[in-house]
Amino acid sequence: MEDLLTRSVLAGNRLALARLLTQVENDSPAGRAALEELFPHTGKAHLIGVTGAPGTGKSSLVNQLALHYRKTDQKKVAVIAVDPSSPFTGGAVLGDRVRMRDLSGNDGVFIRSMASRGSVGGLAQMTAAFTQIFDAAGYEIVIVETVGAGQSEVDVARLAQTTIVVEAPGLGDDIQAIKAGILEIADVLVINKADRPGVEHTERALRSMLALAHPAPRVYRHHGQAMTVITPKVDQGLWIPPIVKTVATDGTGIAEVADSIARHAGHLRVSGEWASRDRARLGSELEAALEQALTRRFFQNIQKEKYNEMVEKVVRRALSPHEAVKVLLNGNSKQETV
Amino acid sequence: MTEKKIRVLVAKPGLDGHDRGAKVVARALRDAGMEVIYTGLRQTPEMIAEAALQEDVDVVGLSILSGAHMALAPRIVELLQANGQDRVKVFIGGIVPDEDMPRLKEMGITGIYGPGASTEDIIKDIREAMK
Repeated sequence: MEDLLTRSVLAGNRLALARLLTQVENDSPAGRAALEELFPHTGKAHLIGVTGAPGTGKSSLVNQLALHYRKTDQKKVAVIAVDPSSPFTGGAVLGDRVRMRDLSGNDGVFIRSMASRGSVGGLAQMTAAFTQIFDAAGYEIVIVETVGAGQSEVDVARLAQTTIVVEAPGLGDDIQAIKAGILEIADVLVINKADRPGVEHTERALRSMLALAHPAPRVYRHHGQAMTVITPKVDQGLWIPPIVKTVATDGTGIAEVADSIARHAGHLRVSGEWASRDRARLGSELEAALEQALTRRFFQNIQKEKYNEMVEKVVRRALSPHEAVKVLLNGNSKQETV
Repeated sequence: MTEKKIRVLVAKPGLDGHDRGAKVVARALRDAGMEVIYTGLRQTPEMIAEAALQEDVDVVGLSILSGAHMALAPRIVELLQANGQDRVKVFIGGIVPDEDMPRLKEMGITGIYGPGASTEDIIKDIREAMK
């Protein structure tokens, strides 16, 4: 039997939705129960991740993108905007709404700001749960905007079906572009602020990065003879991230971004990757939940003194943490835990 | 279980463009461990009530320097109530003449702060109102 909060959310009550998000964010028993009830209703939304360095214009892009989806497809759009919490006080200033004022008064849009609350990786711990709630509540497009990300905040790629990486002119040279990390997770690359000088340079750097990652066969002329340079075979089903130039403050290029997102969704469905990503994501969610539950069960079953004793031994360097785990789980430090 | 954070919407309704005060307060509340949703300048009462609903805030802080508080504040309180958010506490910072204060309090405004008010007092009053 679904409880009142869950039913109100499914019926489209916005206040109930807002309150449920708070319950879930605070990991309350009511929130957890509601998530369980809503889960069968999930799996319909297209989750779009938007990430990039601070100041590249992620929020402005999300603003325009959500407007576009409202105007052209009448789709219900949810935006989850994550900003960092202070590591010292736990407080946060969440300012992404400042750039999203055009979405105000639009009944088909729901924006929720979220503090990262100590999580690293660009998202908050409960961001995935938020996407499930919006999905169940009938939001067809769920956009997740990460905190201003550097080079390793790549969690969003695991969560979203389509990941947009936003760049802006003048942020780094082509060595930045071949480093591992955030550019690798892009399904669509956006160069925002494309009216600024240096946009050609940024585009060239990104193109050469893509060319290194996805080499295409080329034919060169050598002494008048056509000569095919052998390059790795291009997989026909391979998705090569398009590069789209935008000016998010006036909407230039937004239709192209939406078009690239739609083509990427098509590609995922045709190639079967939509299902395999879903499986991988839910699989890792299950694993994380299992890990948490096992840890909780372990602490319930162990005497506090015995555990503290083990901590003491580690502090005295009598045991390494790894050996201590073996003792705690097996009773001796020899037998491996797995 | 994660502790419950106080969520505050800081908004500037109306047409004056001075947001220094709002930013100072936002920063002070952040340093006090609260989660502050900052919405920026020139918000209509409808925009503020909508943001308060979506963000499920506990507190709405309004910065009003234009003298339009007697029109804006009650309208916002009314919209919050219409949305079912009657538990949300509304605070005002800015220029409010003494003679308007009793009427604003009657309309459901929890606290009013003028120039020279200390951020510590604001934080203390918000925490008190949350009890």
